Amino acid sequence: MNTTKEQRILRIERKAVLPSGWLHLVLVDPDGAPMFNAEPGQFVEVAVDRAKVLLNRPLSIYNRTEQSLELLVSPVGTATRALEEYAEGDSLRVIGALGKGFGIPSGKVLLVGGGVGIAPLYYQMRRLLEKGCEVEVLFGMRTAPDDAVCRRFSELAPLHVCTDDGSAGFHGLVTAHPVFTAGNYSMIQMCGPKPMMKAAAALAAAAGIEAEASLENMMACGLGACLCCVEPTVKGNLCVCKHGPVFNIKELQW
Amino acid sequence: MVDLNIELGGLHLKNPVLTASGTFGYGLEYADFFDLERLGGFIVKGTTLEPREGNPYPRMAETPSGMLNAVGLQNKGVEHFATEIYPKLEALDTEVMVNVSGASVEQYVATAERIAQLPAVNAIELNISCPNVKQGGMAFGTTCDGAASVVKAVRKAWPRHLMVKLSPNVTSIADIAKAVEAEGADSVSLINTLLGMAIDVERRRPMLSTVTGGLSGPAVRPVAVRMVWQVAKAVGIPVVGLGGIATAYDALEFIMAGATAVQVGTCNFTDPTTCVKIIDGLTEYCERHGVNSISELRGII
Repeated sequence: MNTTKEQRILRIERKAVLPSGWLHLVLVDPDGAPMFNAEPGQFVEVAVDRAKVLLNRPLSIYNRTEQSLELLVSPVGTATRALEEYAEGDSLRVIGALGKGFGIPSGKVLLVGGGVGIAPLYYQMRRLLEKGCEVEVLFGMRTAPDDAVCRRFSELAPLHVCTDDGSAGFHGLVTAHPVFTAGNYSMIQMCGPKPMMKAAAALAAAAGIEAEASLENMMACGLGACLCCVEPTVKGNLCVCKHGPVFNIKELQW
Repeated sequence: MVDLNIELGGLHLKNPVLTASGTFGYGLEYADFFDLERLGGFIVKGTTLEPREGNPYPRMAETPSGMLNAVGLQNKGVEHFATEIYPKLEALDTEVMVNVSGASVEQYVATAERIAQLPAVNAIELNISCPNVKQGGMAFGTTCDGAASVVKAVRKAWPRHLMVKLSPNVTSIADIAKAVEAEGADSVSLINTLLGMAIDVERRRPMLSTVTGGLSGPAVRPVAVRMVWQVAKAVGIPVVGLGGIATAYDALEFIMAGATAVQVGTCNFTDPTTCVKIIDGLTEYCERHGVNSISELRGII
C-alpha cells in the first residue's frame, strides 16, 4: 500500500454530536478525489484553526473508505472542544496518514478499547474480518456508551461492553470480563487509557499472549522530526508518531 | 524575475529560506510534502559526538502562540549521521548544514572534524545555546569568553562555513556576537529558544520533566526581530534570523531588520509546507513592490 504522507484540505461531509458528547465526523475530499491511503491504527494531524492553538492535533482514524475518512472525538481539550463549532460543509486541514498501525495476526483477535480509544479499533476490526480473522471486541467505559458507536461494532462482530458504574453491560474493568479472562485468543490489540493497557498487557504477557498497544503521547510535528512524543522502549526513546502509535508490548518499558 | 539568491559568508544559496535545527529532522521526514531542493538549505538536527537519549517525557508543552521543548539533543551521534543519513542527502541540490553540539570543547571539535570528512556539508551551525542539556550547550553561549573558546577551537578543526547559533538568554546578545566574530565565525544565527516554564496547576506539577525548557514559535518573534536588528548593527558577518517565522511577512521582518537569511522552525510542525509558502511569498512580495533582488531589503530598518 502506498503510504506517502499528504496534507489536504478536507470537507466535513457529516457531523454528528452523540448523546455522550462525542463527535463523529465524516470527511471527504472537496473535489471528490479518493481519500489518502491509511492503515488501521495510523492517525492524522488536524489543524483546528478556530481553537487558536499553535499545534495540530493527532486523532486516530475511526474508519477510512475509498472516499471518506471518519473521526470519533471526545471533546476534552481546547482544540477538540473547538471542533464542535465546525459545521457540515466546513473545511479542515488534515495531514495523513501518519505512524505505524496495528499488525494482522493469524487466529482469533481480541480488540480492547477504553473510552474514545475504541475509535481506531473499528477500522482495524473491518480489516481483520476481511482477512478472515475471528474478532471479539471489549469496550470499557465509565458509563454507558453511545448506541451509534456500539452498533457499528456489533453489526460485524461480538461486542462486550464493560462500565465502571454498571449502567450498561458488564459491571467492572475490561480485564475482569469473562471474554478477557478466557484467554482463548492469539493476540490482543488495544487502545485506551494507559493504566488499562498496562494492566491488560501484564495479564497478556503472563499468559503468553501477544499484544499490541496504541499510545497517545503529546506530539508537536507528528512526523518524527521534533522528538517530543518519545516513549521509552527496549530500543531507547522512540517517537510514538513515527515508530508507533502502535507498539508490541514487548518493546515497551512502561 | 525576482532574484532571491543570496551570498552567505562564501556560501551561495538559491533563496534565503533555511530550516531550523531540531524542527526538520534530517529533512527526509518532510520529503513527502515538498521538493527539498526548493529550500535555500536545511539544518539537520543537533548532532553530538556520541548518541544521546535526551530528556525523559514529557518534553513538550504548548503555550500561547508557542511551545516549550526539552528534548535535550536526542540523536544517534555523528557517526550514525555520517554513515546512515549523509548518503541520502549528499546529492541534494540544496545546502545541507549540520547543527553541532557538545558537552565540552573537545567534543565540539571531534564532531566538527568528523563532519569535515563529508564533502557535501558546506556549513555547520555551532550550537552553543541549547537550554536543555546539563553540560555544555547554553553554558558556552551565555558568556563572551565561553562562546569565544568553543568557536576558536572549532575554527581550527572546521575548514568551511562556520555559523554560530546564539542564545537569547543573555544580557547583551550583540556582545556575544562580536566575541564569536572575533574568533572567526562566518555567520551568526539567532535566536535559539528562550528559557521558559509552564505549570499544570490542576496536577500541581511542571509541564516538562526538566521543569524548564526552551520557548519557540510566534510568541518569541518580536524578541527575535529586535535581537537580529541589534546584532546586525554590531557585527560585519551575515546574520541568520529565526524565531517564530510562519509567513513571508515574518521572514521579511527579519530581513529588513538585517538578516541575510532566515530559518523556519516551529511552524514546520503546524504546516509542513510552510517553507515553500514563504519562498513563494517572498517572490510575490518583491514583484508587488518592484524589488529586483531580495538583498535590496536587507537591513533597511
